[in-house]
Amino acid sequence: MDGLLQPVVDLFGPTWPLVWTLVKIVAIIAPLMICIAYLTLAERKVIGYMQVRIGPNRVGPLGLLQPIADGVKLLLKEVIVPSGASKGLFIIGPILAFAPVLAAWAVVPFSDGMVLANVDAGLLFLLAITSLEVYGVIVSGWASNSKYPFVGAMRAAAQMVSYEISMGFALVCVLMISASLNLSDIVMQQGQGRFADMGLGFLSWNWLPLFPMFIVFMVSGIAETNRAPFDVVEGESEIVAGHMVEYSGMAFALFFLGEYAAMWLVSALTSILFLGGWLSPVSFLPDGFHWLFIKVAAILFLFLWARATFPRFRYDHIMRLGWKVFIPITLTWVIVVAVWMLSPLSIWK
Amino acid sequence: MLENYFPVLIFILVGLAFGCVPIVLGRLAGPHRPDAEKLSPYECGFEPFEDARIKFDVRYYLIAILFILFDLEIAFLFPWATILKEIAATEGLRLFGFFEMMVFLGILLIGYIWVWKKGALEWE
Repeated sequence: MDGLLQPVVDLFGPTWPLVWTLVKIVAIIAPLMICIAYLTLAERKVIGYMQVRIGPNRVGPLGLLQPIADGVKLLLKEVIVPSGASKGLFIIGPILAFAPVLAAWAVVPFSDGMVLANVDAGLLFLLAITSLEVYGVIVSGWASNSKYPFVGAMRAAAQMVSYEISMGFALVCVLMISASLNLSDIVMQQGQGRFADMGLGFLSWNWLPLFPMFIVFMVSGIAETNRAPFDVVEGESEIVAGHMVEYSGMAFALFFLGEYAAMWLVSALTSILFLGGWLSPVSFLPDGFHWLFIKVAAILFLFLWARATFPRFRYDHIMRLGWKVFIPITLTWVIVVAVWMLSPLSIWK
Repeated sequence: MLENYFPVLIFILVGLAFGCVPIVLGRLAGPHRPDAEKLSPYECGFEPFEDARIKFDVRYYLIAILFILFDLEIAFLFPWATILKEIAATEGLRLFGFFEMMVFLGILLIGYIWVWKKGALEWE
């Protein structure tokens, strides 16, 4: 392999590390884009079957070309910039909503050693870059200079920051146990413990000792991505499509892609932080990327299931859940885990 | 050490580029036929009544301030959480390391209770 690549390395000379990094980035983004596209189809199919319909089935066999048809349709639509809008910010808005979700994948480990940047501050980077998403929402809502986007952006921003707090406290719990901000280390740490030695690795993962945090993190993840049942932001019956009302064509497509990319990201994070990432649940099966994919797919299915099942929350209920239920729970659990770790009963020696 | 972060920087730039490309493509591939009706702000078919830069509820502002306080608190918790294992392993430091953070969390808790009592978390 190295011998094969040598002529190429020589060709690029000192710029080789940059070129190699770009190759790896493309190797992450290209499959990710396909995953995002097919998640939209999967969502329509899954919800279709849950509502005793068959979902899209016209474009290609079983409707498998539907995402491509959707993409081409959006590409050929006019990108309308309203006369009253702040033009520059209006264009920057969707880019700001999409770029951070994509950039966050830089530190996500897919398998042992299979990570673009194995940085020690991985979790901190994730927390920082996913916070930037809220700017995309605020900027687009403000720049549209229209009432629905403005009200929608306000709601979305308040909701996103509220749930970020409970997510942050849940991360602190994971940190206490793993003693590292490096995502690969966090996964490896979950492979140790009494049950892992017995060959039942899945009982050693963080979801069990941190069960309340696991639930809080997952629900907060749904709220962070503004998905149903927390989708008041784009509640059709009240504020049409929230901050996306004035967007059309590819500008709208960016919000759409961003939302689905965020779903993949939150699911991948939940798998890595709580479900042992690429680790196999039992010792007689080999670890590997496929386990991460299975876990992520299972969590995404839960997302879609929740959308098909629950009615939309009222906005004051959403804020109450975030501020008055999740924050006390997470705060308490931080203290519980701290006491547990310092006591002789600690299982994380 | 720092060169580990180089791919992250590149990825952020690529991410931004990936955001720009669809908009440029859409602009090139899609039609461009503006007219006054199409470009007016959406208001369910009405002429817009007034400017959209309306007054908004002060509670959004309050939430933003509270978010900054709590998020800062979490940022302060991060380094402590990272070394908690070491604290637990070091004899003599154990109780100090624990109660130090409990005092810090206690102050946060008092503020949280006060905010709750004042009704800043109410939405009607």
